[in-house]
Amino acid sequence: MTENGTYVYYPGCSLQSTGRAYDTSTKRVAQHLNLTLNEIEDWNCCGATEYFSVNALPAYSLVARNLALAAETGGAPEVVAPCSACYLNLRKTNDYMHKFKKLGAQVNQALAAGGLHYEGGSLRVRHLLDIIVQDVGYDAIGAQVTRPLQGLRVAPYYGCLIVRPDTGYNTEYPTHLDALMTTLGATVVDFPMKTHCCGGHMTQISEEVAYELIRRILKNAADYGADAIVTLCPMCQLNLDAYQGQVNRTFNTDFNIPVMFFTQLMGLAFGLSTDELGFGSEMVPAMPALSRIGRELPEERERPKRRDKQALPMPTPRGSGRSES
Amino acid sequence: MVHTSPKPGLYEQIMAETPGGEALVTCLQCGTCGGSCPSGADMDSTPRRLFAMLMADMDDAVLESNTPWYCVSCYYCTVRCPQAIPITDLMYTLKQSAIAAGKFHKDAHANFSDSFIGYVEQFGRSFEFGLATRFQLTHHPLRTVRKSGLGFDMVRRGRLHTAPDRIRNMPQLTAILNEAKRIAAQPVPAGGVT
Repeated sequence: MTENGTYVYYPGCSLQSTGRAYDTSTKRVAQHLNLTLNEIEDWNCCGATEYFSVNALPAYSLVARNLALAAETGGAPEVVAPCSACYLNLRKTNDYMHKFKKLGAQVNQALAAGGLHYEGGSLRVRHLLDIIVQDVGYDAIGAQVTRPLQGLRVAPYYGCLIVRPDTGYNTEYPTHLDALMTTLGATVVDFPMKTHCCGGHMTQISEEVAYELIRRILKNAADYGADAIVTLCPMCQLNLDAYQGQVNRTFNTDFNIPVMFFTQLMGLAFGLSTDELGFGSEMVPAMPALSRIGRELPEERERPKRRDKQALPMPTPRGSGRSES
Repeated sequence: MVHTSPKPGLYEQIMAETPGGEALVTCLQCGTCGGSCPSGADMDSTPRRLFAMLMADMDDAVLESNTPWYCVSCYYCTVRCPQAIPITDLMYTLKQSAIAAGKFHKDAHANFSDSFIGYVEQFGRSFEFGLATRFQLTHHPLRTVRKSGLGFDMVRRGRLHTAPDRIRNMPQLTAILNEAKRIAAQPVPAGGVT
Protein backbone atom coordinates (compact mmCIF):
# COMPACT_ATOMS: atom_id res chain seq x y z
CA MET A 1 0.00 0.00 0.00
CA THR A 2 1.16 3.53 -0.65
CA GLU A 3 1.86 5.36 2.58
CA ASN A 4 -1.21 7.55 2.69
CA GLY A 5 -3.66 5.47 0.67
CA THR A 6 -3.03 7.55 -2.45
CA TYR A 7 -2.97 5.97 -5.90
CA VAL A 8 -2.67 7.02 -9.51
CA TYR A 9 -6.05 6.39 -11.15
CA TYR A 10 -6.45 5.23 -14.75
CA PRO A 11 -10.20 5.00 -15.43
CA GLY A 12 -10.02 3.97 -19.11
CA CYS A 13 -12.54 4.72 -21.86
CA SER A 14 -15.25 2.26 -20.80
CA LEU A 15 -15.63 3.91 -17.41
CA GLN A 16 -16.50 7.15 -19.17
CA SER A 17 -19.32 5.55 -21.17
CA THR A 18 -20.64 1.97 -21.06
CA GLY A 19 -19.24 1.37 -17.56
CA ARG A 20 -20.10 4.76 -16.08
CA ALA A 21 -21.71 3.17 -13.01
CA TYR A 22 -18.37 1.53 -12.22
CA ASP A 23 -16.56 4.89 -12.22
CA THR A 24 -19.27 6.52 -10.08
CA SER A 25 -19.31 3.72 -7.51
CA THR A 26 -15.52 3.38 -7.46
CA LYS A 27 -15.05 7.06 -6.64
CA ARG A 28 -17.78 7.02 -4.01
CA VAL A 29 -16.47 3.89 -2.29
CA ALA A 30 -12.86 5.16 -2.42
CA GLN A 31 -13.99 8.36 -0.73
CA HIS A 32 -15.78 6.34 1.95
CA LEU A 33 -12.61 4.32 2.59
CA ASN A 34 -10.36 7.42 2.61
CA LEU A 35 -8.48 6.34 -0.50
CA THR A 36 -7.26 9.11 -2.79
CA LEU A 37 -7.40 8.39 -6.51
CA ASN A 38 -5.42 10.90 -8.56
CA GLU A 39 -6.53 10.61 -12.16
CA ILE A 40 -3.74 10.67 -14.77
CA GLU A 41 -3.86 14.01 -16.54
CA ASP A 42 -4.90 13.63 -20.22
CA TRP A 43 -4.66 9.81 -20.29
CA ASN A 44 -5.38 8.04 -23.57
CA CYS A 45 -7.02 4.74 -24.56
CA CYS A 46 -5.08 1.55 -23.71
CA GLY A 47 -5.77 0.10 -27.16
CA ALA A 48 -7.90 -2.75 -25.76
CA THR A 49 -7.26 -5.96 -27.67
CA GLU A 50 -7.46 -4.20 -31.02
CA TYR A 51 -4.22 -2.27 -31.32
CA PHE A 52 -2.07 -5.29 -30.43
CA SER A 53 -3.75 -7.18 -33.28
CA VAL A 54 -2.50 -4.77 -35.89
CA ASN A 55 0.79 -3.22 -34.90
CA ALA A 56 2.59 -4.15 -31.68
CA LEU A 57 5.11 -1.34 -31.23
CA PRO A 58 2.62 1.53 -31.60
CA ALA A 59 0.33 -0.47 -29.27
CA TYR A 60 3.00 -0.66 -26.55
CA SER A 61 3.84 3.01 -27.14
CA LEU A 62 0.19 4.02 -26.80
CA VAL A 63 0.05 2.33 -23.39
CA ALA A 64 3.48 3.64 -22.40
CA ARG A 65 2.35 7.25 -22.82
CA ASN A 66 -0.08 6.59 -19.97
CA LEU A 67 2.66 5.06 -17.84
CA ALA A 68 4.97 8.01 -18.49
CA LEU A 69 2.21 10.45 -17.51
CA ALA A 70 1.33 8.28 -14.49
CA ALA A 71 4.90 8.48 -13.21
CA GLU A 72 4.48 12.26 -13.04
CA THR A 73 1.17 12.03 -11.16
CA GLY A 74 0.88 12.35 -7.40
CA GLY A 75 0.34 8.95 -5.80
CA ALA A 76 2.96 7.17 -7.92
CA PRO A 77 4.39 4.49 -7.84
CA GLU A 78 1.09 2.61 -7.69
CA VAL A 79 -1.32 2.78 -10.63
CA VAL A 80 -4.81 1.41 -10.20
CA ALA A 81 -7.09 0.39 -13.07
CA PRO A 82 -10.67 -0.81 -12.51
CA CYS A 83 -11.02 -2.23 -16.04
CA SER A 84 -9.48 -5.68 -16.54
CA ALA A 85 -8.38 -4.97 -20.12
CA CYS A 86 -6.72 -1.67 -19.18
CA TYR A 87 -5.12 -3.43 -16.21
CA LEU A 88 -3.70 -6.13 -18.47
CA ASN A 89 -2.34 -3.70 -21.06
CA LEU A 90 -0.75 -1.39 -18.51
CA ARG A 91 0.73 -4.30 -16.56
CA LYS A 92 1.97 -6.11 -19.65
CA THR A 93 3.61 -3.04 -21.16
CA ASN A 94 5.18 -2.18 -17.81
CA ASP A 95 6.55 -5.73 -17.39
CA TYR A 96 7.67 -6.21 -20.99
CA MET A 97 9.49 -2.86 -21.17
CA HIS A 98 11.42 -3.97 -18.09
CA LYS A 99 11.98 -7.60 -19.10
CA PHE A 100 12.64 -7.20 -22.83
CA LYS A 101 15.27 -4.47 -23.07
CA LYS A 102 15.16 -3.98 -26.86
CA LEU A 103 11.41 -3.50 -26.72
CA GLY A 104 11.80 -1.05 -23.84
CA ALA A 105 14.38 0.93 -25.80
CA GLN A 106 12.20 1.06 -28.92
CA VAL A 107 9.15 2.21 -26.95
CA ASN A 108 11.23 4.92 -25.31
CA GLN A 109 12.52 6.01 -28.71
CA ALA A 110 8.86 6.48 -29.73
CA LEU A 111 7.99 8.24 -26.47
CA ALA A 112 10.89 10.64 -26.99
CA ALA A 113 9.15 11.93 -30.12
CA GLY A 114 6.52 13.26 -27.70
CA GLY A 115 9.05 14.47 -25.14
CA LEU A 116 8.33 11.61 -22.74
CA HIS A 117 10.32 8.79 -21.15
CA TYR A 118 9.33 5.82 -19.01
CA GLU A 119 11.48 3.40 -17.07
CA GLY A 120 9.81 -0.01 -17.47
CA GLY A 121 8.94 -1.57 -14.12
CA SER A 122 9.29 1.65 -12.12
CA LEU A 123 5.55 1.75 -11.40
CA ARG A 124 3.41 -1.01 -9.96
CA VAL A 125 0.19 -1.61 -11.90
CA ARG A 126 -2.70 -3.02 -9.90
CA HIS A 127 -6.34 -3.85 -10.34
CA LEU A 128 -8.85 -2.06 -8.13
CA LEU A 129 -10.04 -5.30 -6.52
CA ASP A 130 -6.46 -6.13 -5.50
CA ILE A 131 -6.16 -2.75 -3.75
CA ILE A 132 -9.43 -3.30 -1.95
CA VAL A 133 -8.71 -6.79 -0.63
CA GLN A 134 -4.94 -6.46 -0.06
CA ASP A 135 -4.41 -2.85 1.00
CA VAL A 136 -7.70 -1.99 2.67
CA GLY A 137 -8.30 -5.58 3.76
CA TYR A 138 -11.36 -7.60 4.70
CA ASP A 139 -11.31 -6.53 8.35
CA ALA A 140 -11.36 -2.81 7.61
CA ILE A 141 -14.08 -3.35 5.02
CA GLY A 142 -16.13 -5.47 7.40
CA ALA A 143 -15.92 -2.68 9.97
CA GLN A 144 -17.61 -0.31 7.51
CA VAL A 145 -20.57 -2.60 6.79
CA THR A 146 -23.72 -1.06 8.23
CA ARG A 147 -26.30 -2.70 5.97
CA PRO A 148 -25.11 -6.27 5.31
CA LEU A 149 -26.28 -7.84 2.06
CA GLN A 150 -28.12 -10.53 4.05
CA GLY A 151 -30.07 -12.90 1.84
CA LEU A 152 -28.61 -11.77 -1.47
CA ARG A 153 -27.21 -14.67 -3.48
CA VAL A 154 -24.36 -13.51 -5.69
CA ALA A 155 -22.29 -15.26 -8.34
CA PRO A 156 -18.79 -13.73 -8.27
CA TYR A 157 -17.64 -13.36 -11.88
CA TYR A 158 -13.93 -12.65 -12.37
CA GLY A 159 -13.61 -13.01 -16.14
CA CYS A 160 -10.20 -13.56 -17.68
CA LEU A 161 -7.76 -10.76 -17.34
CA ILE A 162 -7.73 -10.14 -13.60
CA VAL A 163 -6.22 -13.60 -13.08
CA ARG A 164 -4.54 -14.38 -16.42
CA PRO A 165 -1.76 -14.37 -17.33
CA ASP A 166 -0.31 -14.82 -13.85
CA THR A 167 -1.24 -12.08 -11.40
CA GLY A 168 -0.54 -13.94 -8.16
CA TYR A 169 -4.10 -15.21 -7.76
CA ASN A 170 -5.27 -18.66 -8.78
CA THR A 171 -5.56 -18.46 -12.57
CA GLU A 172 -8.69 -20.64 -12.75
CA TYR A 173 -10.45 -20.60 -9.41
CA PRO A 174 -9.68 -17.40 -7.50
CA THR A 175 -11.62 -16.68 -4.33
CA HIS A 176 -10.83 -13.09 -3.31
CA LEU A 177 -14.04 -11.64 -4.77
CA ASP A 178 -15.95 -14.46 -3.04
CA ALA A 179 -14.34 -13.51 0.27
CA LEU A 180 -15.14 -9.83 -0.27
CA MET A 181 -18.81 -10.64 -0.93
CA THR A 182 -18.95 -12.80 2.20
CA THR A 183 -17.47 -9.90 4.15
CA LEU A 184 -20.32 -7.72 2.89
CA GLY A 185 -22.82 -10.27 4.23
CA ALA A 186 -23.90 -11.73 0.89
CA THR A 187 -24.33 -15.43 0.19
CA VAL A 188 -21.81 -16.60 -2.42
CA VAL A 189 -23.05 -19.35 -4.73
CA ASP A 190 -20.83 -21.97 -6.34
CA PHE A 191 -19.94 -20.68 -9.77
CA PRO A 192 -17.65 -22.97 -11.76
CA MET A 193 -17.69 -20.59 -14.76
CA LYS A 194 -16.29 -17.74 -12.69
CA THR A 195 -13.15 -17.25 -14.83
CA HIS A 196 -14.55 -18.16 -18.23
CA CYS A 197 -14.57 -15.66 -21.07
CA CYS A 198 -17.50 -13.27 -21.61
CA GLY A 199 -16.76 -13.10 -25.34
CA GLY A 200 -14.94 -9.77 -25.29
CA HIS A 201 -15.27 -7.94 -28.60
CA MET A 202 -16.96 -10.94 -30.27
CA THR A 203 -20.41 -9.42 -29.64
CA GLN A 204 -19.55 -7.02 -32.46
CA ILE A 205 -17.62 -9.36 -34.74
CA SER A 206 -19.12 -12.80 -34.36
CA GLU A 207 -22.43 -12.94 -32.50
CA GLU A 208 -22.61 -16.73 -32.71
CA VAL A 209 -19.37 -17.10 -30.78
CA ALA A 210 -20.15 -14.38 -28.25
CA TYR A 211 -23.74 -15.32 -27.44
CA GLU A 212 -22.80 -18.93 -26.68
CA LEU A 213 -20.04 -17.80 -24.32
CA ILE A 214 -22.44 -15.41 -22.57
CA ARG A 215 -25.16 -18.07 -22.40
CA ARG A 216 -22.89 -20.53 -20.59
CA ILE A 217 -22.07 -18.01 -17.89
CA LEU A 218 -25.68 -16.87 -17.40
CA LYS A 219 -26.89 -20.48 -17.28
CA ASN A 220 -24.29 -21.40 -14.70
CA ALA A 221 -25.26 -18.48 -12.47
CA ALA A 222 -28.96 -19.27 -12.92
CA ASP A 223 -28.43 -22.99 -12.18
CA TYR A 224 -26.91 -22.11 -8.83
CA GLY A 225 -29.75 -19.76 -7.97
CA ALA A 226 -27.87 -16.45 -8.07
CA ASP A 227 -29.93 -13.28 -7.61
CA ALA A 228 -27.16 -11.26 -9.21
CA ILE A 229 -23.80 -11.63 -10.94
CA VAL A 230 -21.10 -9.40 -9.51
CA THR A 231 -18.26 -8.35 -11.76
CA LEU A 232 -15.10 -6.24 -11.82
CA CYS A 233 -14.73 -5.45 -15.51
CA PRO A 234 -16.80 -3.06 -17.64
CA MET A 235 -16.57 -5.32 -20.71
CA CYS A 236 -17.85 -8.35 -18.76
CA GLN A 237 -20.66 -6.24 -17.31
CA LEU A 238 -21.61 -4.91 -20.74
CA ASN A 239 -21.67 -8.32 -22.39
CA LEU A 240 -23.61 -10.12 -19.65
CA ASP A 241 -26.04 -7.24 -19.06
CA ALA A 242 -26.67 -5.53 -22.40
CA TYR A 243 -26.67 -8.72 -24.48
CA GLN A 244 -28.77 -10.79 -22.08
CA GLY A 245 -31.88 -9.98 -24.10
CA GLN A 246 -30.22 -10.99 -27.38
CA VAL A 247 -29.02 -14.23 -25.78
CA ASN A 248 -32.56 -14.97 -24.58
CA ARG A 249 -33.94 -14.38 -28.08
CA THR A 250 -31.21 -16.49 -29.70
CA PHE A 251 -31.50 -19.51 -27.39
CA ASN A 252 -35.13 -19.14 -26.37
CA THR A 253 -34.13 -18.77 -22.72
CA ASP A 254 -35.48 -16.43 -20.06
CA PHE A 255 -32.46 -15.33 -18.05
CA ASN A 256 -33.13 -12.28 -15.96
CA ILE A 257 -30.01 -11.81 -13.86
CA PRO A 258 -28.79 -8.31 -13.05
CA VAL A 259 -25.05 -7.77 -13.40
CA MET A 260 -23.50 -5.38 -10.87
CA PHE A 261 -20.06 -4.04 -10.14
CA PHE A 262 -18.46 -5.12 -6.86
CA THR A 263 -18.04 -1.47 -5.94
CA GLN A 264 -21.81 -0.98 -6.17
CA LEU A 265 -22.38 -3.82 -3.70
CA MET A 266 -19.68 -2.47 -1.39
CA GLY A 267 -21.43 0.89 -1.39
CA LEU A 268 -24.79 -0.69 -0.60
CA ALA A 269 -23.31 -2.58 2.34
CA PHE A 270 -21.73 0.67 3.56
CA GLY A 271 -25.22 2.20 3.60
CA LEU A 272 -24.70 4.49 0.60
CA SER A 273 -27.69 5.29 -1.61
CA THR A 274 -28.36 3.54 -4.94
CA ASP A 275 -28.22 6.98 -6.53
CA GLU A 276 -24.62 7.59 -5.49
CA LEU A 277 -23.60 4.18 -6.82
CA GLY A 278 -24.80 4.52 -10.39
CA PHE A 279 -27.71 2.09 -10.14
CA GLY A 280 -30.40 2.52 -12.75
CA SER A 281 -28.16 2.40 -15.83
CA GLU A 282 -28.21 -1.40 -16.05
CA MET A 283 -30.23 -3.01 -18.85
CA VAL A 284 -31.44 -5.94 -16.73
CA PRO A 285 -33.03 -4.11 -13.78
CA ALA A 286 -31.20 -4.55 -10.48
CA MET A 287 -34.38 -3.73 -8.57
CA PRO A 288 -35.74 -7.25 -7.90
CA ALA A 289 -32.38 -8.32 -6.47
CA LEU A 290 -32.01 -5.14 -4.42
CA SER A 291 -35.48 -5.53 -2.94
CA ARG A 292 -34.26 -8.80 -1.39
CA ILE A 293 -31.98 -6.73 0.83
CA GLY A 294 -34.57 -4.04 1.44
CA ARG A 295 -33.12 -1.52 -0.98
CA GLU A 296 -34.98 0.44 -3.60
CA LEU A 297 -34.05 2.39 -6.65
CA PRO A 298 -34.95 6.06 -6.81
CA GLU A 299 -38.49 6.27 -8.15
CA GLU A 300 -38.64 6.67 -11.86
CA ARG A 301 -40.02 10.03 -12.85
CA GLU A 302 -43.70 9.81 -13.66
CA ARG A 303 -44.12 10.12 -17.41
CA PRO A 304 -47.08 12.15 -18.68
CA LYS A 305 -49.74 9.81 -20.01
CA ARG A 306 -50.32 10.09 -23.72
CA ARG A 307 -54.08 9.50 -23.49
CA ASP A 308 -56.39 10.84 -20.89
CA LYS A 309 -59.11 8.75 -19.30
CA GLN A 310 -61.84 10.71 -21.07
CA ALA A 311 -60.68 9.57 -24.50
CA LEU A 312 -62.68 7.01 -26.41
CA PRO A 313 -61.53 3.41 -25.99
CA MET A 314 -59.37 1.84 -28.66
CA PRO A 315 -61.27 -0.33 -31.15
CA THR A 316 -61.25 -4.00 -30.18
CA PRO A 317 -59.84 -6.45 -32.73
CA ARG A 318 -62.28 -8.87 -34.32
CA GLY A 319 -62.82 -12.19 -32.62
CA SER A 320 -61.55 -10.88 -29.31
CA GLY A 321 -64.57 -12.21 -27.47
CA ARG A 322 -66.87 -9.23 -27.66
CA SER A 323 -70.26 -10.31 -28.99
CA GLU A 324 -71.34 -8.44 -32.10
CA SER A 325 -75.01 -8.13 -32.86
CA MET B 1 9.54 -32.22 -33.93
CA VAL B 2 12.77 -30.82 -35.36
CA HIS B 3 12.53 -27.84 -37.63
CA THR B 4 14.87 -28.10 -40.62
CA SER B 5 13.86 -25.17 -42.81
CA PRO B 6 16.90 -23.85 -44.71
CA LYS B 7 15.91 -20.19 -44.55
CA PRO B 8 13.95 -18.21 -41.96
CA GLY B 9 10.26 -18.52 -42.72
CA LEU B 10 7.11 -17.45 -40.97
CA TYR B 11 7.89 -19.75 -38.03
CA GLU B 12 11.16 -17.95 -37.24
CA GLN B 13 9.65 -14.55 -37.98
CA ILE B 14 6.74 -15.07 -35.58
CA MET B 15 9.05 -16.14 -32.79
CA ALA B 16 11.41 -13.20 -33.38
CA GLU B 17 8.59 -10.65 -33.33
CA THR B 18 6.92 -11.96 -30.15
CA PRO B 19 8.42 -11.12 -26.75
CA GLY B 20 9.34 -14.52 -25.30
CA GLY B 21 8.17 -16.17 -28.53
CA GLU B 22 11.26 -18.37 -28.85
CA ALA B 23 9.60 -20.75 -26.36
CA LEU B 24 7.55 -22.01 -29.31
CA VAL B 25 10.43 -24.35 -30.25
CA THR B 26 9.61 -26.35 -27.12
CA CYS B 27 5.97 -27.02 -28.18
CA LEU B 28 5.10 -30.64 -27.31
CA GLN B 29 1.97 -30.75 -29.48
CA CYS B 30 0.05 -31.82 -26.37
CA GLY B 31 -3.12 -29.98 -27.37
CA THR B 32 -3.81 -28.37 -24.00
CA CYS B 33 -4.21 -25.03 -25.80
CA GLY B 34 -6.92 -26.24 -28.16
CA GLY B 35 -8.71 -28.11 -25.39
CA SER B 36 -8.77 -25.00 -23.23
CA CYS B 37 -9.87 -22.59 -25.93
CA PRO B 38 -13.43 -21.23 -25.52
CA SER B 39 -13.72 -20.54 -29.25
CA GLY B 40 -11.75 -23.57 -30.43
CA ALA B 41 -14.86 -25.07 -32.00
CA ASP B 42 -15.14 -22.10 -34.35
CA MET B 43 -11.53 -22.17 -35.47
CA ASP B 44 -10.50 -23.95 -38.66
CA SER B 45 -7.40 -25.18 -36.81
CA THR B 46 -6.79 -25.38 -33.09
CA PRO B 47 -3.73 -23.46 -31.85
CA ARG B 48 -1.87 -26.79 -31.56
CA ARG B 49 -2.56 -27.64 -35.19
CA LEU B 50 -1.66 -24.13 -36.31
CA PHE B 51 1.73 -24.43 -34.61
CA ALA B 52 2.29 -27.80 -36.30
CA MET B 53 1.49 -26.14 -39.65
CA LEU B 54 3.93 -23.34 -38.84
CA MET B 55 6.69 -25.83 -38.12
CA ALA B 56 5.86 -27.62 -41.37
CA ASP B 57 6.36 -24.35 -43.30
CA MET B 58 2.73 -24.16 -44.40
CA ASP B 59 3.04 -20.38 -44.24
CA ASP B 60 0.19 -19.41 -46.54
CA ALA B 61 -2.27 -21.77 -44.87
CA VAL B 62 -1.30 -20.34 -41.48
CA LEU B 63 -1.75 -16.74 -42.61
CA GLU B 64 -5.13 -17.51 -44.17
CA SER B 65 -6.38 -19.39 -41.10
CA ASN B 66 -9.20 -17.89 -39.05
CA THR B 67 -7.65 -19.17 -35.81
CA PRO B 68 -5.97 -15.97 -34.53
CA TRP B 69 -9.09 -13.96 -35.42
CA TYR B 70 -11.29 -16.13 -33.22
CA CYS B 71 -8.91 -15.80 -30.27
CA VAL B 72 -10.84 -14.00 -27.50
CA SER B 73 -7.65 -13.20 -25.60
CA CYS B 74 -8.65 -15.06 -22.43
CA TYR B 75 -5.12 -16.42 -21.80
CA TYR B 76 -6.37 -19.88 -20.72
CA CYS B 77 -3.95 -21.51 -23.19
CA THR B 78 -1.06 -19.35 -22.02
CA VAL B 79 -1.44 -20.21 -18.33
CA ARG B 80 -2.12 -23.90 -19.00
CA CYS B 81 0.69 -24.50 -21.50
CA PRO B 82 3.17 -26.91 -19.86
CA GLN B 83 5.98 -25.25 -21.82
CA ALA B 84 5.03 -21.69 -20.86
CA ILE B 85 4.65 -20.63 -24.49
CA PRO B 86 3.03 -17.16 -24.76
CA ILE B 87 0.32 -18.49 -27.07
CA THR B 88 -2.00 -15.48 -26.85
CA ASP B 89 0.85 -13.14 -27.75
CA LEU B 90 1.78 -15.40 -30.68
CA MET B 91 -1.82 -15.10 -31.91
CA TYR B 92 -1.47 -11.31 -31.89
CA THR B 93 1.75 -11.55 -33.89
CA LEU B 94 0.08 -13.92 -36.37
CA LYS B 95 -2.70 -11.39 -36.91
CA GLN B 96 -0.14 -8.68 -37.63
CA SER B 97 1.68 -10.94 -40.09
CA ALA B 98 -1.57 -11.87 -41.84
CA ILE B 99 -2.47 -8.20 -42.23
CA ALA B 100 1.05 -7.33 -43.47
CA ALA B 101 0.87 -10.15 -46.02
CA GLY B 102 -2.65 -9.16 -47.07
CA LYS B 103 -3.80 -12.71 -46.39
CA PHE B 104 -5.98 -12.29 -43.35
CA HIS B 105 -9.12 -14.34 -43.08
CA LYS B 106 -12.04 -13.02 -45.05
CA ASP B 107 -14.09 -12.44 -41.91
CA ALA B 108 -14.33 -8.82 -40.94
CA HIS B 109 -12.27 -9.03 -37.76
CA ALA B 110 -9.26 -7.12 -39.05
CA ASN B 111 -11.53 -4.34 -40.17
CA PHE B 112 -13.02 -4.03 -36.69
CA SER B 113 -9.56 -3.66 -35.17
CA ASP B 114 -8.68 -1.11 -37.83
CA SER B 115 -11.78 1.00 -37.16
CA PHE B 116 -11.12 0.90 -33.42
CA ILE B 117 -7.55 2.06 -33.94
CA GLY B 118 -8.69 4.73 -36.36
CA TYR B 119 -10.74 6.40 -33.64
CA VAL B 120 -7.96 6.07 -31.07
CA GLU B 121 -5.47 7.66 -33.47
CA GLN B 122 -7.89 10.47 -34.20
CA PHE B 123 -9.16 11.24 -30.70
CA GLY B 124 -6.87 9.44 -28.24
CA ARG B 125 -9.91 7.66 -26.79
CA SER B 126 -12.06 4.82 -28.04
CA PHE B 127 -15.45 5.75 -29.49
CA GLU B 128 -17.86 2.87 -29.07
CA PHE B 129 -20.88 4.50 -30.64
CA GLY B 130 -19.03 5.37 -33.85
CA LEU B 131 -17.27 2.03 -33.92
CA ALA B 132 -20.38 -0.09 -33.45
CA THR B 133 -22.44 1.95 -35.87
CA ARG B 134 -19.83 2.02 -38.61
CA PHE B 135 -18.91 -1.64 -38.26
CA GLN B 136 -22.45 -2.96 -38.11
CA LEU B 137 -23.66 -0.79 -40.98
CA THR B 138 -20.77 -1.95 -43.16
CA HIS B 139 -20.88 -5.64 -42.35
CA HIS B 140 -24.34 -6.45 -41.03
CA PRO B 141 -26.73 -3.76 -42.28
CA LEU B 142 -29.78 -5.84 -41.42
CA ARG B 143 -28.58 -6.61 -37.92
CA THR B 144 -28.01 -2.91 -37.36
CA VAL B 145 -31.74 -2.35 -37.46
CA ARG B 146 -32.28 -5.14 -34.93
CA LYS B 147 -29.49 -3.87 -32.68
CA SER B 148 -30.39 -0.21 -32.90
CA GLY B 149 -32.91 -0.68 -30.06
CA LEU B 150 -30.09 -1.76 -27.80
CA GLY B 151 -27.98 1.21 -28.90
CA PHE B 152 -30.86 3.56 -28.21
CA ASP B 153 -31.36 2.12 -24.71
CA MET B 154 -27.65 2.51 -24.01
CA VAL B 155 -27.70 6.15 -25.12
CA ARG B 156 -30.80 6.81 -23.02
CA ARG B 157 -29.04 5.39 -19.94
CA GLY B 158 -26.02 7.60 -20.56
CA ARG B 159 -23.87 4.58 -21.39
CA LEU B 160 -23.00 5.56 -24.96
CA HIS B 161 -21.76 8.98 -25.98
CA THR B 162 -22.85 9.95 -29.46
CA ALA B 163 -19.85 12.27 -29.85
CA PRO B 164 -16.27 11.17 -29.17
CA ASP B 165 -14.20 12.25 -26.17
CA ARG B 166 -10.83 13.70 -27.08
CA ILE B 167 -7.57 14.03 -25.25
CA ARG B 168 -5.98 17.48 -25.15
CA ASN B 169 -2.46 16.70 -26.30
CA MET B 170 -3.25 14.89 -29.55
CA PRO B 171 -0.08 16.24 -31.26
CA GLN B 172 2.05 14.48 -28.64
CA LEU B 173 0.25 11.16 -29.04
CA THR B 174 0.41 11.42 -32.83
CA ALA B 175 4.15 12.09 -32.74
CA ILE B 176 4.68 9.03 -30.50
CA LEU B 177 2.58 6.74 -32.66
CA ASN B 178 4.17 7.93 -35.90
CA GLU B 179 7.64 7.33 -34.53
CA ALA B 180 6.59 3.87 -33.28
CA LYS B 181 5.23 3.02 -36.73
CA ARG B 182 8.43 4.21 -38.36
CA ILE B 183 10.51 1.95 -36.09
CA ALA B 184 8.11 -0.97 -36.57
CA ALA B 185 8.42 -0.69 -40.35
CA GLN B 186 12.14 -1.38 -40.16
CA PRO B 187 13.33 -5.00 -40.43
CA VAL B 188 13.27 -6.95 -37.15
CA PRO B 189 16.75 -6.73 -35.60
CA ALA B 190 18.78 -9.91 -35.32
CA GLY B 191 17.85 -11.69 -32.13
CA GLY B 192 14.25 -10.46 -32.23
CA VAL B 193 12.44 -7.80 -30.25
CA THR B 194 13.52 -9.05 -26.86
